[in-house]
Order: sequence, then structure tokens, then C-alpha cells
Amino acid sequence: MKYLRLILSNLKRKKLRTTLTALSILVAFILFGYLAAVKVAFNQGVDVAGIDRLVVRHKVSIIQFLPESYKDRMLKIDGVDLAVHATWFGGIYQKPSNFFAQMPVDPEPFLDMYPEYLLEPEEKKAWLETRTGAIVGRVTADRFGWKVGDRIPIQATIWTKKDGSSAWEFDLVGIYEGAEKGTDTSTFFFRHDYFDEARQWGEGNVGWYYVRVKDPERTAEVAAAIDAEFANSPAETKAEPEGAFFQGFANQVGNIARILMAILTAVFFTILLIAGNTMAQTVRERLNELAVLKAVGFTDRGVLGLVLGESCLLAAIGGLIGLALAWVAITYGGDPTNGAFPVFYFPVRDIVIGVLLVLFVGFAAGILPSIQAQRLRIADALRR
Amino acid sequence: MSQDNGLLVDVRGVDKVFKRGAEKIHVLGGLDLEIPEGEFLALMGPSGSGKSTLLNLIGGLDKPTQGEVHVAGKRIDKLSDRKLASWRARHVGLVFQFYNLLPVLSAARNVELPLLLTRLNSKQRKQQVDTAMTIVGLSHRMKHYPRTLSGGEQQRVGIARAIVTDPTLLLCDEPTGDLDRKAGDEVLELLQTLNESQGKTIVMVTHDPHAAARASRTLYLDKGQLGEEPIE
Ligand SMILES: Nc1ncnc2c1ncn2[C@@H]1O[C@H](COP(=O)(O)OP(=O)(O)O)[C@@H](O)[C@H]1O
Ligand SMILES: [Mg+2]
Repeated sequence: MKYLRLILSNLKRKKLRTTLTALSILVAFILFGYLAAVKVAFNQGVDVAGIDRLVVRHKVSIIQFLPESYKDRMLKIDGVDLAVHATWFGGIYQKPSNFFAQMPVDPEPFLDMYPEYLLEPEEKKAWLETRTGAIVGRVTADRFGWKVGDRIPIQATIWTKKDGSSAWEFDLVGIYEGAEKGTDTSTFFFRHDYFDEARQWGEGNVGWYYVRVKDPERTAEVAAAIDAEFANSPAETKAEPEGAFFQGFANQVGNIARILMAILTAVFFTILLIAGNTMAQTVRERLNELAVLKAVGFTDRGVLGLVLGESCLLAAIGGLIGLALAWVAITYGGDPTNGAFPVFYFPVRDIVIGVLLVLFVGFAAGILPSIQAQRLRIADALRR
Repeated sequence: MSQDNGLLVDVRGVDKVFKRGAEKIHVLGGLDLEIPEGEFLALMGPSGSGKSTLLNLIGGLDKPTQGEVHVAGKRIDKLSDRKLASWRARHVGLVFQFYNLLPVLSAARNVELPLLLTRLNSKQRKQQVDTAMTIVGLSHRMKHYPRTLSGGEQQRVGIARAIVTDPTLLLCDEPTGDLDRKAGDEVLELLQTLNESQGKTIVMVTHDPHAAARASRTLYLDKGQLGEEPIE
């Protein structure tokens, strides 16, 4: 560590240049943090998908309905443990930008299917007892400041009521927490029986099914059996693992993620040039001093190490502060869209990748200048 | 330290040729030089005659094209660059015309530099730095940065850096070349003291006969050869 002071004093040589370089690295790593958080937000469905769960939808498209009667037929198929349906409600709370998903489901089997939604026993009880009852996840509840007992008005865009109105009201009976960090706690669930009875049209139809298989090893087999069961019927199905279903969903927004990656790549390329240029300049300015170090006995490799260390330290100062700021802003500042993302956090895996990237930037920016320093011949440099 | 024959430095039949593009510059040709331990040798000669080149060969900063360089009983011209670096760290103290201090380090930190390569801990290093700075009469300038010191003071810091490892050999390339007469004299006096009271072997390149007069012997370099007399 005795060399650290030497490296540090060299960084202090041109404070403005060092600061500007470190700042550009810092900004790049804040951006990196945000993009990582946005990426998990897009992919969260894939990451949290149960390996023993299938999604069964209409073969043609997700927006076409399946009969509610399919449930009993699915349950008879060998390997099927549980089947529950859900339907896209697509309502608006106050204004369209307050987007979150709402779905009617059957409370009991649904909660059984999704143990990652943690609901207090008395809240569950209240839901089973309240026909107009609804539950919502923590993220959305906090977003709108809802509390248990609130009446939530939702304006339907698809589902008009029998009385011709599109104003639905639900009684909030529970707020569920996610079992894990990545669990989506944005969706609003209400009772299918209430929905089915009150809606003007589409009675007896549902959007899609979630199916739990008994043996995760046999998921593909069971999916094929389900599709076979409904083949040649008016509503043929497509059963696929939940992960694949969300993947298809994520792919639609995936283009955005790809654009973000392209931006990030360009940004990193730019900071590599900036940091590389800083290091090249600093070495060029002090060829004489580097030669003096060699003259007093530093080896070629030692001098290489000093320059590379300087480059890595520069990257570390900017990069680690950037990562730390990104973490603080993401963790405490939260989702910049104010809740449109189901989850928003800086995953540990990406923090580790970030740290490795910091080292890579330091190394890549410093390697050529440090090789130049290593090759420097004392007698030539001191003649200057 | 010395060889059986009492020589600290033994340069034998050394040629040094520089290539500049296609052009070859023969700087030293069949040069011999013997320096006994404890000598204060002045090297004079016209500019471009190869004085610095010779000093670099003795100090292991460069290698001869031909011939042998022995210092303290060790042949150094065949050492690998890596071995040569650590050999320099132990045996050679260098003093330059333009001091060559690192501007980003305080005087004390500059002097400490060669000690970073040793196994000494920070307390021992500090002690050695104190001693060296006291010898050169700058114990009150430890925390000063080079740009805040006068030329003479900077050169004395340079000397402190050169002696802090207690090297076998002190090599000075025009140490007074950039100083006025008074500061130059102080530096020469310091070198003389190091030679006389501490027995340091010193080789000093100089242009200045007045400076050379301080040495115990003066040699003249011209046309790639050394002689006892200046060649007119
Ligand atoms: N590294 C080098 N590359 C090419 N030519 C050199 C190099 N070092 C010295 N020379 C040439 O060798 C000659 C002697 O240089 P030098 O030893 O510096 O002379 P002095 O110190 O006596 O003034 C000069 O002509 C110089 O141009
Ligand atoms: Mg010279």
C-alpha cells in the first residue's frame, strides 16, 4: 500500500482533468445502474416465473377468450394439479397514466397457485366474505396511498356493467406483500364471481388459465396434453411454461431494453476513450518522471503496475461512487415512472457486474499507456 | 565491496553505438576506466562527447554495445533488465543536472522513493529519510514541494534521494550545471564531504573546471576515449 500514495499524488497532479474524467465515469455508472433496474423491471415476469406453472391461452391470441368450463376438463388431465383462470380487466383509475393491471380471479385457488403473494389470514378471510372485495400489492397501494377499507373506483374500458355503466367499485380488503424482492406487487385482483355476474357480456368466458403441474419435470408433456385435449374445438389452446409466456411478453418491450443496451455500450465506449486519453496524456507528460523511477530501481513491470494502478484507481473512484449513487437513488428514490414498473431495484448480480466493469474500464483505459511506460528506455527518456 | 584489485568500477574495452535511423553514432570506442573505491572522480569533455553515456553504463541505466562493465565485483552489462533494476536500487545513487524530482511529492516523499523498493517499514523509512535530509542540511524542508524550493535546495534533495539507500556508488551528471556559483559550491562541498567523511565513491560529470577541482582525479573524454589531459 506504500505505492498507493504515489499513485494518488499522481492523480492529484491535474485535479481538473482527473475530476472531469472521474465524473464522466461516474455518470456512466449511474446510467448503468438505472438500466440494470429497468431491465429487471421488464424481465421480472420471466425471473419470478414458477417452474411448475403453465399459462394456457387461446391459440390465436391472448385477447381471445376461453370458456370457463375448460377448468374442469383441465383438472382431469393427468399431471394437472390445479387450474385457475384470470381475465384482463384493463380499467383506469382516475387517469390513464395511473396504469396498473387488474384481473378478476377466484380467490381461494388463485392464492393457492401464487404462494409468493403474502396475504394476512384475516385479509384472506375478508376477501372470501366480501363479494366486491379486492386485494392489491404493496407497490400499487403505496403508489396511490390506499388503505384496507378504501373504496376503489375503476373506470372500465372493456367491461361495461349490465346497467350500462362503466364505473366499477371495489372494496379493498387486503394488501399483499411479495415473498421475494423480485415479486410483482403491482396487480389488483378482484373476485371473478362478482365480475361474471355484473358484466354485460362475455359471461362464462375467461382470459387465460394458470395451471400447476404435479411434477415440474413433466411440464412440457402436460402442456402438450392440454393442447391435445382442446384440439379441434372452437377455442384451441396454447399452453406454455409461465417463463416462456412472460418471455414473449418481455420480448415486446425487449426492443426498448435492446436500445438501452446500445446506448449503454456507446456510453461505455465513450468513457473508455475519455479515460484512455487521460491516461495517455498523463503518461506522455511524465515520461521523464517514469524514467527517474526506473533509474532509482523500479522495474519495468513495477512502472507498468503504477500506471495501470493509477488507471484502475481513477476508474474506481468514478465508477464505485457512480454505482453507490445509483444504488441509493434506485433504492430510496424509487421507480422514476412512479410505479408503472412492477418492480424496480438494483440487483446484486448487476452490482457485481458493475464492479467488474469498473475494473475493466480501468484496465482497458490504462493498458496501452502502461505498456508504453513499461517499454520506456531510461537513457532515451532522461535525455529529453 | 571492492574487488581483489581494489577497483570499485572496472570498465573494459567498452564500445557504445547509437542507431538513429540508418545512421550509426559511435560514441565510445574501446574505452577502459578503472575507479578505485573511495575515489571522487570528475569526468570532463566537450558536449556530446559521451560523458552521460559513460555514466549511464556505469550506473546500469544502459548497456554497452561491446565490452564489460564490472561494479563492486559484479559484471552488470549482462544482467537482465529486471535484475539490473534491483541492482541499481541497491548500489547506485543518481544525481541529475535538472534534479528530476517528482513535482507531486514533497521533498521527504521524493527522498523516500528509492526506499519504497526495500523491505523497510514506514517508520524505518522515515528515519532514513530524516538522516539523509539532515546530511544535506534540509531537515527543515521535509514537507516542501519541489517548486517551492530554490535550485540549490532542489539539488540537495536530489542528493538526499541518491544517498538515502546508502549506495555503493554515487553518480552525478552535471550536478551544478543548472546552479549559480554559490549554490553550486554548496552542492560541491556536500559531495566532497560525502566522499571524505563517509568514503562514498563518486563519479561526477562536469563542464566546470572549478567544480572538477574538488575531485580527487579528473579524466577527459573525447572521441570515444578517456585521457588524463584535456585535448585542445
Ligand atoms: N539514447 C540515445 N539515442 C541516440 N543518440 C544518443 C543517445 N544518447 C546519446 N546519444 C548521442 O551520443 C552522443 C553522446 O551523448 P551524451 O553522452 O549525452 O554526451 P554528453 O553527456 O557528453 O554531452 C551525442 O551525440 C548524442 O546525440
Ligand atoms: Mg550529458
